[in-house]
Amino acid sequence: MTVSVHNLTVSYQRHPAVHHVNGSFVTGAATAIVGPNGAGKSTLLKTMIGMLSPDAGHVSLNGFTRGEIAYLPQQAEIDRSLPVSVLDLVATGLWHQSGLFGKVGRDGFVQAAEALESVGLSDFAERPISALSSGQFQRVLFARILAQNAQLILLDEPFNAVDARTTYDLLELIRQWSEEGRTVIAVLHDYEQVRTYFPYTLLLAREVVAWGGTAQVLVEANLRRAVEVAQHWHERAPVCHVNGEDA
Amino acid sequence: MWHAYEVLVSPFIEFAFMRRALVGCLALALGSGPIGLFLVMRRMSLVGDAMSHAVLPGAAIGFMCAGLSLPAMSLGGFGAGVLVALLAGLATRFTSIKEDASFAAFYLLSLALGVLLVSTHGNNIDLMHILFGSVLAVDDASLYLVAGVASFSLLALAVIYRPLLLESLDPVFLRAIGVRGGVWHMLFLVLVVLNLVAGFQSLGTLMAVGLMMLPAITARLWAASVGVMLMVSVLLAFGAGLGGLLLSFYFELPSGPSIILLAGMAYLLSLLVAPQGGALPRYIRARHLES
Repeated sequence: MTVSVHNLTVSYQRHPAVHHVNGSFVTGAATAIVGPNGAGKSTLLKTMIGMLSPDAGHVSLNGFTRGEIAYLPQQAEIDRSLPVSVLDLVATGLWHQSGLFGKVGRDGFVQAAEALESVGLSDFAERPISALSSGQFQRVLFARILAQNAQLILLDEPFNAVDARTTYDLLELIRQWSEEGRTVIAVLHDYEQVRTYFPYTLLLAREVVAWGGTAQVLVEANLRRAVEVAQHWHERAPVCHVNGEDA
Repeated sequence: MWHAYEVLVSPFIEFAFMRRALVGCLALALGSGPIGLFLVMRRMSLVGDAMSHAVLPGAAIGFMCAGLSLPAMSLGGFGAGVLVALLAGLATRFTSIKEDASFAAFYLLSLALGVLLVSTHGNNIDLMHILFGSVLAVDDASLYLVAGVASFSLLALAVIYRPLLLESLDPVFLRAIGVRGGVWHMLFLVLVVLNLVAGFQSLGTLMAVGLMMLPAITARLWAASVGVMLMVSVLLAFGAGLGGLLLSFYFELPSGPSIILLAGMAYLLSLLVAPQGGALPRYIRARHLES
């Protein structure tokens, strides 16, 4: 089971957001993706989940089936005006057991309730999702990942608009996931969080600036270089002729 | 009491055409109510309207080929509706045009074509009939059609309920788990067209949308769960049908508009007093709780 990217280039209107990226994520551990705005972090995750198609290269999710992957987008496009209860939303994570048509059943709802309990929201099961604060809602989405029992978990800036206490609780959940041997890949901005909870880091600025142990990656020289690369963007950039061979 | 019974029930006992119309309304309510509710939840309330215009050229072609024949006009209308839904869906998927704009463009094309066909090959009375229908003139064939469509819609909705709801709720999640939401979306649009065509003979293409949308929009103001909303939308649609028929019977009003206006009155009233977001309950505040 490895998640790796091979010479991956993804572009918007010919301008690459992710440019000839190569490398592998460590299986069963937590990797943070950091980098300045516009560095291609979200683009990389979206390509991994198959929502964007690459211009060149590919992502391989060897050994992970579709049902084992959970993805939490930066801004969940969830229509919270719909009359759905918190428990029902968590139960949608059980789709790999129930399928699209099968019954969720008593066991399923017990699982969903346990997942809610793990994020500290047992009392909220029957409330409508419209009644939650953003922090509570993020907890619910983490509960859904728990219900999914995903082996590969992709999180895109999961702690935006979330208070310190919730961030701490959810980070502990991420720690627990890596202890259970799940692979977690998260886009983050807070270096302290990364240093404490993520043993591995990918520093991205359209291309890989550094990728490896967090202590070696998050050093001043690398971070400065990342900012320089990210700012280097031209309206009339020449055509890229880097050979697209897999490394 | 006896008097009320007399007023409410006797027209249906005495006149076969009223009984037919009532059965037609029940079937339409059962099919259109839930479909309309899903349109509302998917924020596609105006798509029903667009589709009702889109079926016109097909119905006109059916009319040109076979005269005022229900099967021909229904088949034509269904074909035209599905074609427009398909083209609009393809345009949304493969270009940068958003779904609402895409539907607007294709239904207008279709409508213009329909008006052209009707005005060159028919007369105004035909057009009026297609646009406004007459529930008091439904025959056995159209009753079977309406009942068949309602049964099929309910069964189909029961099957695609979860993917459809999940796609409205969280499309990104559905894509991430590898389910193709587009298939369910298209299937749903076919159901929309089917129900519009079913309402065609009895209410006309324009009024059929009213029975689909008004009770569904009203239901959102009354209920806090999808299941209850579904029931409320069906009950409201049937209630409007029943009341509209009686109004039409006693005051010699056209039945289609009476039914829709009654559904509209229920909507207006609900805007004021309904518990889930009506205007008045928002202003009447009970004392807040301790926590």
